[in-house]
Amino acid sequence: MAQLFEKAPKIYPRRVAGLFRNLKWAAMLGLLGIYYGAPWLRYDRGPHVPDQAILIDLTGQRGYFFGIEIWPQEVYLLVGILILAAIGLFFVTSLLGRAWCGYACPQTVWTDLFVWVERFVQGDRNARKRLDEAPWSLEKLWKKTLTHAVWLIIGLLTGGAWVFYFNNAPALVDGIVHGTLSSDVWVWIVSLTLSTYFMAGFARENICKYVCPYARFQSAMFDRDTLIISYAQERGEPRGRHKQGESWEGRGHCVDCDSCVVVCPMGIDIRDGLQYECISCGLCIDACNHVMQKLMLPKGLIHYDTETNQERRAGQIARGEPATRGQMKWIRPRTVFYAGIISLVGALMFGAIVTRTQTDLNIIHSRSPQYVRLSNGDIRNSYQFKVLNKTHFDRDYVVTAEGIAVRSMELLAAGDVVVPSLRVPANSVGEFRVQLVARSGQVGRKAISFHLMDRDSGKAASHVSYFIQP
Amino acid sequence: MVKSPKPPKSEPAGEIDAATGVETTGHEWDGLKELNNPAPRWWLIVWLMTIIFAVGYWVVYPAWPTLDGHSKGVAGWTQYNKLQQDQAQITRRQGVYLQRFHVASFTQVKDDPALYEFARAGGAVVFKENCAACHGAGGEGRRGYPNLNDDDWLYGGSIDDIHTTIQVGIRSVDPDTHSTLMPAFGAILQPQEIDDLADFTGQLPQGVPAAPSAAWSRGQALFATNCVSCHGAAGEGNQTLGAPRLNDAIWLYGGDKKALVETITRARAGVMPSWKHRLSADDQRMVSIYVHGLGGGE
Repeated sequence: MAQLFEKAPKIYPRRVAGLFRNLKWAAMLGLLGIYYGAPWLRYDRGPHVPDQAILIDLTGQRGYFFGIEIWPQEVYLLVGILILAAIGLFFVTSLLGRAWCGYACPQTVWTDLFVWVERFVQGDRNARKRLDEAPWSLEKLWKKTLTHAVWLIIGLLTGGAWVFYFNNAPALVDGIVHGTLSSDVWVWIVSLTLSTYFMAGFARENICKYVCPYARFQSAMFDRDTLIISYAQERGEPRGRHKQGESWEGRGHCVDCDSCVVVCPMGIDIRDGLQYECISCGLCIDACNHVMQKLMLPKGLIHYDTETNQERRAGQIARGEPATRGQMKWIRPRTVFYAGIISLVGALMFGAIVTRTQTDLNIIHSRSPQYVRLSNGDIRNSYQFKVLNKTHFDRDYVVTAEGIAVRSMELLAAGDVVVPSLRVPANSVGEFRVQLVARSGQVGRKAISFHLMDRDSGKAASHVSYFIQP
Repeated sequence: MVKSPKPPKSEPAGEIDAATGVETTGHEWDGLKELNNPAPRWWLIVWLMTIIFAVGYWVVYPAWPTLDGHSKGVAGWTQYNKLQQDQAQITRRQGVYLQRFHVASFTQVKDDPALYEFARAGGAVVFKENCAACHGAGGEGRRGYPNLNDDDWLYGGSIDDIHTTIQVGIRSVDPDTHSTLMPAFGAILQPQEIDDLADFTGQLPQGVPAAPSAAWSRGQALFATNCVSCHGAAGEGNQTLGAPRLNDAIWLYGGDKKALVETITRARAGVMPSWKHRLSADDQRMVSIYVHGLGGGE
């Protein structure tokens, strides 16, 4: 009878201490601190504008990041950030391997946190395993209930913090406390609570193995000089149990203690070589180093290394030469290429932010009809003006046309009200119709430009358009 | 990256493939045996859940064809109902403005930018559905169909004038319609006279020439006798009669000699239907506001 499914064995990672575990704690504290704390940072932008330092205001259609304000029209900045993030990831991966996966990915960080809770309540690997295998008892009930309750609370805080990025955080907390929030916000909070609970509590390594696309395509960023977690085969093999006082002659340093296997959050044996499940977290290094220390052997039987180094060492040993220390080759075509793209996009983004104007003018020449002949023989062209006033003050713009002899120019605000100048309230877009009557003296299309000048500051914006005469 | 093959977890029931160490299903095709690599459990659970979802969907929504139509589903959902609900919602939202618009005069609408923009948006839709066929999508007109963007109006360019014209039409069946006609001068004047008259009329926009030719003077005399009663002494037109202004740059049927000869010989009598009974009163007023706002409204 064929099996219908393959049961994924539950992984019980054992506690471990060491350099990389400490790095992981530090990364977890830092990243969770940023995630939960960032919405509470304030940044004074003046009146009528939110004072939350990082805010995505969907109803107001603005993105705020400290001194930077992003309008929907500037969504290319967001694209730039995404490109930087993606290439940054490629760059780090080509240098350090799956450092993102092992230390910074939310899936890793929250899973780590959930395992910590599990261990705190139920004990370490063996205790947890025993508890799972034991029949239901009062002890098992309260330990399991407490674990899941804490997971759900962490999930709730995660979902809660998420919505703070889209609304004023203190006001939202007030709304949560007094139950005055809209159902939309609750949908987000509850769904993120449940997804955190499910992903970090149950799915864990399966997300990396089956769901995450990055885990699968990052082998494209690897080369033989990328740092990977590797087991020094030439030093470890042949492995086997070792009694105290026994000689190390003729055998490898690996004592087959399985420490590296039981601490692995992905449930793999790193001694089988590089595997797609490995998230490069380094916990097996800590575990093995601990054992090596106890055996008075040098550390680093499992270590971060490159394939090039591994091969060279294997060759040296085969030739009977002493193995030399590994060399890291940082500058390679791949890393230089990624660094180049990052610098280029970064420079473009920096330029875009620095040269960002406070006033933007967009003009569409009306095409139905393209021109109108008036009774006196003059030609009239119409234009749709969109004026973006990104300042926090109401502004009054004077319009001039250049490149044509203007007979008359009529500015129409909403309701076809004729206005002397374009008045645009603070932090908003003004839409106007402009009717330009002229004789260009040239049949067909003639390039002209419109200039806006702010009455108060004298600052200007321009846009090139055209005038059509039959 | 290399993945080491996993040994089977349970006691193998079938044969073990030598190369991979994986159990086979026992199925064999020309010596090739199918390996039994089961899907992960979560995958199976998701698959079963989609099946349960599908069954639930059949119960709740219309799904299966039956002899007399299709299964209706317990939710009573139909696309037609959904459309009606959406339309009702739109009507409710429009209702707020429509109520105000219904009782507001043209002046009141003009003084309320939000209401004006609502009327113009509604008028644009009415225009595209009813008027664009002749007057063009942007009201730009064509030969015989007036351009509604310019400042030349046959029957007046105020909102009220436009509204009246839309209601009664031009030479339509409506008893109050604009019904004046220009006589066909082909039966009244000699071909040479029509030729002179066309020369004269074509030059009206330029005013009196410095050195009038004999033909121009003959045309002037003919114009004074036959045309001024409707088109005015200087060809300035008459909006009460719908007589076009002739001393401007706009020609409804063309301003070249050939077109003018044809116009004078055979006359012109463009028609526009009356929209009084075709459009609702609100639609008639909205489209009047839209046409007035195209750029030439007086």
